[in-house]
Amino acid sequence: MAGFSAVGRMDGVLLVAVAALAVIGTMLVWSSTRTWAPGATGLVKKHILNLVIGAVLAGATTMVNYRALRSYAPLVYVVSLVGLFLVITPLGSTVNGAHSWIMLGGGFAFQPSEFAKFGLVMMLAMLLAKPAADTDRPRGMDVWIALVIAAFTMGLVMFQPDFGTTMVLGVITAGAIVIAGIRKRWIGGLTLSVLGAAAAVWFLNVLEPYQIARFTAFLNPASDPRGVGYNSTQSLIAIGSGELFGKGLFHGGQTTGRFVPEQHTDFIFTVAGEEFGFLGSVTVVALLGVILMRGVRIAQGCDDRFGTLVAGGIVCWLAFQSFINIGMTVGIMPITGLPLPFVSYGGTATFANMIAVGLLQAIHIRQHQF
Amino acid sequence: MSRTRGRLVVLQVLVVSMLALLSVRLWQVQVVRGAEFVTAATETRTRDVVVPAVRGQILDSAGRPLVRNRTRLVVSVDRTRLNRMEGNGQAVLQRLATVLNRRPADLRERIRACGPGVARPCWPGSPYQPIPIDDHVTTREALQILERQEEFPGVTAEVQAVREYPGSSAAAQALGYLQPITQEELEKREGLRAVTSGVDLMGRDGLESVYDGPLRGVPGMRRVQVDRLGKVIGVERQVAPRSGDTLITSIDSKVQAITEKALAEAMKSAPRADGAAAVVLDVRSGRVIALASAPTYDPKIWTGGISEREYQRLLSDKSGKPLVSRAIKGQFAPGSTFKVSSVSAMLNDGYPLNGKYDCPGSYMVGSRPFNNFRGIGLGTLDLHTALVKSCDTIFYKAAYEQWLRDGGLNPKGKTKEPMANMARAFGFGRPTGIDLPGESAGRIPDRAWKKELWSETKDNNCRRSKSGYPEVAKTDPARAAFLKQLAYENCLEGFQLRPGDAANFSIGQGDVLVTPLQLAAAYAALTGDGKLRSPRVGWALVRPDGTKVKEIKVPVVGKLPLSPKERAYIKGALSEVASDGTAAGAFAGFPMDRVKVGGKTGTAEVYGKADTSWFASFAPTDKPRFVVVAMVSQGGMGGETAAPAVRKIYEGIYGFAPAGKSISAALPGGRPATELPVIKRDGTVSR
Repeated sequence: MAGFSAVGRMDGVLLVAVAALAVIGTMLVWSSTRTWAPGATGLVKKHILNLVIGAVLAGATTMVNYRALRSYAPLVYVVSLVGLFLVITPLGSTVNGAHSWIMLGGGFAFQPSEFAKFGLVMMLAMLLAKPAADTDRPRGMDVWIALVIAAFTMGLVMFQPDFGTTMVLGVITAGAIVIAGIRKRWIGGLTLSVLGAAAAVWFLNVLEPYQIARFTAFLNPASDPRGVGYNSTQSLIAIGSGELFGKGLFHGGQTTGRFVPEQHTDFIFTVAGEEFGFLGSVTVVALLGVILMRGVRIAQGCDDRFGTLVAGGIVCWLAFQSFINIGMTVGIMPITGLPLPFVSYGGTATFANMIAVGLLQAIHIRQHQF
Repeated sequence: MSRTRGRLVVLQVLVVSMLALLSVRLWQVQVVRGAEFVTAATETRTRDVVVPAVRGQILDSAGRPLVRNRTRLVVSVDRTRLNRMEGNGQAVLQRLATVLNRRPADLRERIRACGPGVARPCWPGSPYQPIPIDDHVTTREALQILERQEEFPGVTAEVQAVREYPGSSAAAQALGYLQPITQEELEKREGLRAVTSGVDLMGRDGLESVYDGPLRGVPGMRRVQVDRLGKVIGVERQVAPRSGDTLITSIDSKVQAITEKALAEAMKSAPRADGAAAVVLDVRSGRVIALASAPTYDPKIWTGGISEREYQRLLSDKSGKPLVSRAIKGQFAPGSTFKVSSVSAMLNDGYPLNGKYDCPGSYMVGSRPFNNFRGIGLGTLDLHTALVKSCDTIFYKAAYEQWLRDGGLNPKGKTKEPMANMARAFGFGRPTGIDLPGESAGRIPDRAWKKELWSETKDNNCRRSKSGYPEVAKTDPARAAFLKQLAYENCLEGFQLRPGDAANFSIGQGDVLVTPLQLAAAYAALTGDGKLRSPRVGWALVRPDGTKVKEIKVPVVGKLPLSPKERAYIKGALSEVASDGTAAGAFAGFPMDRVKVGGKTGTAEVYGKADTSWFASFAPTDKPRFVVVAMVSQGGMGGETAAPAVRKIYEGIYGFAPAGKSISAALPGGRPATELPVIKRDGTVSR
């Protein structure tokens, strides 16, 4: 454990950006859920509780010497896998078409796939951290093991089915092995195989019809405005009608009328768009950008490969998830059930994101080897 | 580590471009296309609800309501919303039927769209409007529906104004009725297309239709905010409705009631009578004081949707088609009442006013004898007596002579046709232009009309002149032979105005047809100032607070081509009909010393039916104020059926009771209203 002097060496900009997004997110969750019932504050209270728990977890993670975690990475990964297996057992529950939840009772639920992201980041970093002799590239064997592990995790998540998280896991994997320094021809070969796999998925009808429908709907939301195109259309209307300055907090008519489904979770960005306008939504994008850029900086500043790979993996994860989430609300990405990091309502996701930030801070504090 | 560093730079570039891409897209969506999405948002988030304006009342000339409004709790069903539910909302209808204590099938029938093959009850209005299914709801029932909206989605209960008719069937055909607006009409009315609430009714007949615009007023609009489920969560904008104008008519509801009662009694007194009409006009103003048609009906059956049985009854022959106003739509041969026109035509054509005319029992028109009524000759008469005693042969002779002067069967050049042209000067042959819809034009069978008819029917007639009428021959060979001969003649020379046609026309027989209103307007012109007016029922439009919007003028549409002396002469002759002429029997005992009634009876023969009974009258004879025309289809002699009805109307107007009784005068002193009733600011009428 580092001493409390370490707190002073924390990345302040990262801390402020995350805090700002959490505050904005709380307001947005409040705005989108307050019309559920007269004086409905239950959900926003729960959200604040989630954030507090998340902050505590982040703080605790910050205190941990991440290098010590390297040896625990397999354990973390195995625990996350157990969660994914539990979901498949009768303990799991289905929410919104994805069998990815474990109900804990008392209104609390746990989503193991969120922790799977975290577990995979750790596991891949551990595997790829050790370079081949006299090089700065990972050993070929390790890359193969990493790919098998990633494929196994993705397969489990795909089974739920949770297409969005599967893609995030894929991006984390790609990011980790690329940052780890594999040869360019490897990159080329892997890219080709991913494309081939995608083609196979498409032609072998692995995807559920609703997932295909979401894909086609994003390309042309007008094709079925009442069905699958509804989310896309309503989301665009809400964001677009915010114009430059927005309608003001609690004054968004689309939000008040609850026209956008899942608005407090996956479509939370539409509240920002409608009520805070272009200026507000760009601010959210910019804050996410600040977090990501700090993450890249932390990865660059770290002396050891493990820290660099963990930080890089986290950046890939958060960047891709943010891009997909905001992209789907503005109609440039297909609709997948991914929350917006630090902003959306959600327990497990908030915890996972906060722990990720805690890890970034931990790496930042200890970037130089003693 | 340099390789990893380099890769991280690539990651950095990717992140920056991703942020840039999102920002550009947000700029595009929120700033460039922002206005477009604001419009789309308004459309999804708001519903425009039309708040119907309270429809204006229709008052009589004393300010008494003929049609007024009463508020009722009306339960309506939004069919579009029901159709979007599982099982088309049958469960909702089931529950609603229980609350309203009705059969579910009943409700289903009421909300289905009218169309070919769909019997009433059905919904004739726009499918996007809430459909009223019950307008006799109690407050308790309404509350049950409103408090449990989750059980009754798409069902509303609201206070609405419905039409009420204090005089029940009084002037039913003249007032008209309301029906829901149809989708086509709605689409024609730009700007109101997106209505989602409010039962919009349109005047379908009578005054309700002619004055529909001012009566309806301007509906208000409420733009409400709704949520995804269509639940109203707030009001964004509100424009109050402007209530409709009140229509003051010149109808006097008392005289109207008396007139309808007289018609009903006349129908009863004539066993074969199948319809009757009466018109009371103010001679000086040309306004309508009463306009009645029998049989009649109570227009309240339209309120809240009409049942198939009631609707079919209104249209059926058996019920006498009570929807049809016989006063303005009924076309009948006028019989001797028409002689005022014929005698005017004679005078205009140079027949001396004070000449002596022979009235034989029979007159040879060409090769055919035309007889007086019952073939009785009346000797040598002046025109005065000819009118009083209703001599026919004098008119046959004049008509035949005029026909010969025009060239007979083969006229050359322009014909004079004095009788047809005089009839037109009296306003016959074209609608009077009264402010009621669907008025008939009547018919003047002149030479041009004959030609037109012939060109329309000659093909059929020529075919029939060869094939005959085998279907008639089966039962009536004599009639079939007659029809075949007739078809042959018509085929060959149907374009010719035959001498018999001219003779029949002169006494209001044959092909001439008039409406009771035309006859009344003609008599008003003759006995008044000689000017032909287009009668009006509407008198003025006023705001509900009494401010006058517009007085409805009675237009003068023509002038009789008669000198005042000639008019006075004819009027003088008619003045003796009720005391000494053909209507003397009907007016026996009438206080002629107090109010002298003049007029002309008419008994028009109709092929295959009983005679049409007419009496066209005016009073008082010295300075006529009223023209009263009564017509009873298949009523028999004019003096026996129509004239007694007219007498009853005068008795009611002046308050003349049969011996031993006393009744109050509907119009004391025989003075109809000349000033508009004053409506006070609070809407009450000061009398």
